[in-house]
Amino acid sequence: MRRQKGPSLHMTWSCFLKINAPHSHSASGPSNGWVSVSHSCPPTRGTFSFKAAVTATDTTTKVKMESRSVIYANHLNLKATELRLGLPGTTEEPKKEKTVHAIRNNKRQVRQTSEESISISKASHVHTPPAKAKIVGWPPIRSYRKNSLQESEGDGIYVKVSMDGAPYLRKIDLKLYMGYPQLLKALETMFKLTIGEYSEREGYKGSEYAPTYEDKDGDWMLVGDVPWDMFKTSCKRLRIMKASEARGLGCGV
Amino acid sequence: MMNYFPDEVIEHIFDYVASHRDRNVLSLVCKSWYRIERWTRQRVFIGNCYSITPERLIRRFPGLKSLTLKGKPHFADFSLVPYDWGGFVYPWIEALAKSRVGLEELRLKRMVVSDESLELLSRSFTHFKSLVLVSCEGFTTDGLAAIAANCRFLRELDLQENEVEDHKGQWLSCFPDSCTSLVSLNFACLKGEVSLGALERLVARSPNLKSLKLNRSVPLDALQRIMMRAPQLADLGIGSFDHDPESEAYIKLKNTILKCRSLTSLSGFLEVPPHCSLAAIYPICPNLTSLNLSYAAGIQGSELIKLVRHCVKLQRLWIMDCIGDEGLGVVAMTCKYLQELRVFPSAPYGNPAAVTEKGLVAISMGCPKLHSLLYFCHQMTNAALITVAKNCPNFIRFRLCILDALKPDADTMQPLDEGFGAIVQSCRQLRRLSLSGRLTDQVFLYIGMYAEQLEMLSIAFAGESDKGMLYVLNGCKKLRKLEIRDCPFGNMALLTDVGKYETMRSLWMSSCEVTVGACKSLAKKMPMLNVEIFNENEQEDCSLEDGQRVEKMYLYRTLAGKRKDAPEYVWTL
Repeated sequence: MRRQKGPSLHMTWSCFLKINAPHSHSASGPSNGWVSVSHSCPPTRGTFSFKAAVTATDTTTKVKMESRSVIYANHLNLKATELRLGLPGTTEEPKKEKTVHAIRNNKRQVRQTSEESISISKASHVHTPPAKAKIVGWPPIRSYRKNSLQESEGDGIYVKVSMDGAPYLRKIDLKLYMGYPQLLKALETMFKLTIGEYSEREGYKGSEYAPTYEDKDGDWMLVGDVPWDMFKTSCKRLRIMKASEARGLGCGV
Repeated sequence: MMNYFPDEVIEHIFDYVASHRDRNVLSLVCKSWYRIERWTRQRVFIGNCYSITPERLIRRFPGLKSLTLKGKPHFADFSLVPYDWGGFVYPWIEALAKSRVGLEELRLKRMVVSDESLELLSRSFTHFKSLVLVSCEGFTTDGLAAIAANCRFLRELDLQENEVEDHKGQWLSCFPDSCTSLVSLNFACLKGEVSLGALERLVARSPNLKSLKLNRSVPLDALQRIMMRAPQLADLGIGSFDHDPESEAYIKLKNTILKCRSLTSLSGFLEVPPHCSLAAIYPICPNLTSLNLSYAAGIQGSELIKLVRHCVKLQRLWIMDCIGDEGLGVVAMTCKYLQELRVFPSAPYGNPAAVTEKGLVAISMGCPKLHSLLYFCHQMTNAALITVAKNCPNFIRFRLCILDALKPDADTMQPLDEGFGAIVQSCRQLRRLSLSGRLTDQVFLYIGMYAEQLEMLSIAFAGESDKGMLYVLNGCKKLRKLEIRDCPFGNMALLTDVGKYETMRSLWMSSCEVTVGACKSLAKKMPMLNVEIFNENEQEDCSLEDGQRVEKMYLYRTLAGKRKDAPEYVWTL
């Protein structure tokens, strides 16, 4: 079954993405059925199809997804529920030119399917999917400035962030954040989940996840207990734990 | 009536006319004014070094003292122009050296400057006073040594964002003891070390030094000694601010800063300690009119906010997006005289806690004098742009870069046509505009209709059809530079009004839909244009078939004909 139009397109894409992998897909605008799915590491340039399970309750699909660690959408054999940009019945356009920026294809495809309610936007703004790195000269920052930034990136406080169930870890620079709210917001965006609000008594009540960190002593602590500056200097790595596992750390779920 | 005045009188009147445009107009009035104007012209600006030959320039303006040259197209800043495309300054310096021009000032932007050219420059003009290099490359500290050693009356050496190879030759020590004329020295972009002793002595013997910008190799204690020697400094670029807050050096610096009452412009902080506090600077902040912290990568947003609260007189602010929307709100409350704002991304793809449309709206509400903006952000909305347009009708430069190039309105998911449309409709003096985000042909319709003063337009990943480009070419009568990348504009747009390009300085189109055949046809019709195609991606020696899509095209009007220094991969049609 293939559902493409209108608000009936469920957020299953994001649903199982939530549980599974930290990935580079951003889904936004749920309420009007507009799905924005950005492609992460497309295996080849020039292809812009997503194969996604569209049905909400297809647990087998979910299991499939989990076991295959969905990142490269092309590896999933789900032609029947293929979600792609292109008029029904067409295949991808043959391209004459040798080097085509992924984003150029995007433009083409978007024009063709302007009636459809699905629109594909370029990669999410939080992290750096390789596809974005392939766009030469974007964002338009002078190379001199870009090089200087990279040099001083050595000044950052980079920590690994793992999430239970995710196939690979991420890294973030704690220096970029002014306090816990920004950090949590960034984690929420990066991993497509909600962490909720911190309370001293109850931890992160009401959320499926609890952010924890390993401190200098090797202990696993709940994020938010100590002042931000102290946290930045003592945090060695972050781990987004399933709430069920985080009970001992004061998570109220 | 003016014909009855002797030439000397007319010359005297012309002395009061300084701007290039006005002088250009004067020269067109009549033959005798043309003659007088060319003999009295001292400053010339050449926006495209390939538009004219140096010999022709010298023939017309023998009294030339100051020359400004720009080389590579603007998109070269973003690595879109291949290496060694051109823009060499040597032929210009050689020609000027051969002539009897008494060159005193040379300002170059995006040009290739070799050590040879710098050496020739330093030896050829006795009264040479000022060298300004912006975004140039090709030289090393050896070239700088030649300038330092040979330009006896040097007043200004200003190096901005150049790629300079460090040859560890102690170039700064090459300023002779007799050199006491320095007014401005900027070497912030150099990566290598300089002799601190030589630097301090140079500052000590330069009583007219008003502007000094250090590189990151100059440590805090040296900074303190330098500031002691130059309390008259108005413009300071701090190199390294790395310090131990308890150290004597830092305490000394804090006291020295209190004495620098003339400082109105501050920049640098290229190296800072972790959790750096800028409290030492607070005492001079109320005097600052210009603050550039866009390279101060180590300073936290919270610290920036604390600093900005003191900067009540600020007119120009260049800052990183870690200041956040909240920080921009503080800027809006504090900096009521703000005219120019640039917000740069603190990480190449942005910082999740960075700025959005909210920060820009806050600024527009608090800073009515704002006329120049460069804003890198994560998202924008039409509503915000409409508000900004209403609050700030005085924009001359409006450059918005949404890091996600195709992002629509973050609230409504609509293209940002209406927002930018509001900007051009409200800001009737707009001269420069850069677009980003999801945009259809509609935005170009608005630009063509309303942007009457627009001179430069930068477009990326926008539009739907040739109509978009045509709206702009037809509507913007004052357009001089148009640069387009990754847009669906093709041959029809390119060829509909070929005469237009002679009224413009240049057109850049990359990753669009124009073909070789169309470019050839354009070049044929317009002999006064150089139409260059770059095909650096082609491995084989291709024959340039007409139907082939052009990856990069750069065309410009010129009196110099085809240039002879183009590399192999550039075809001038």
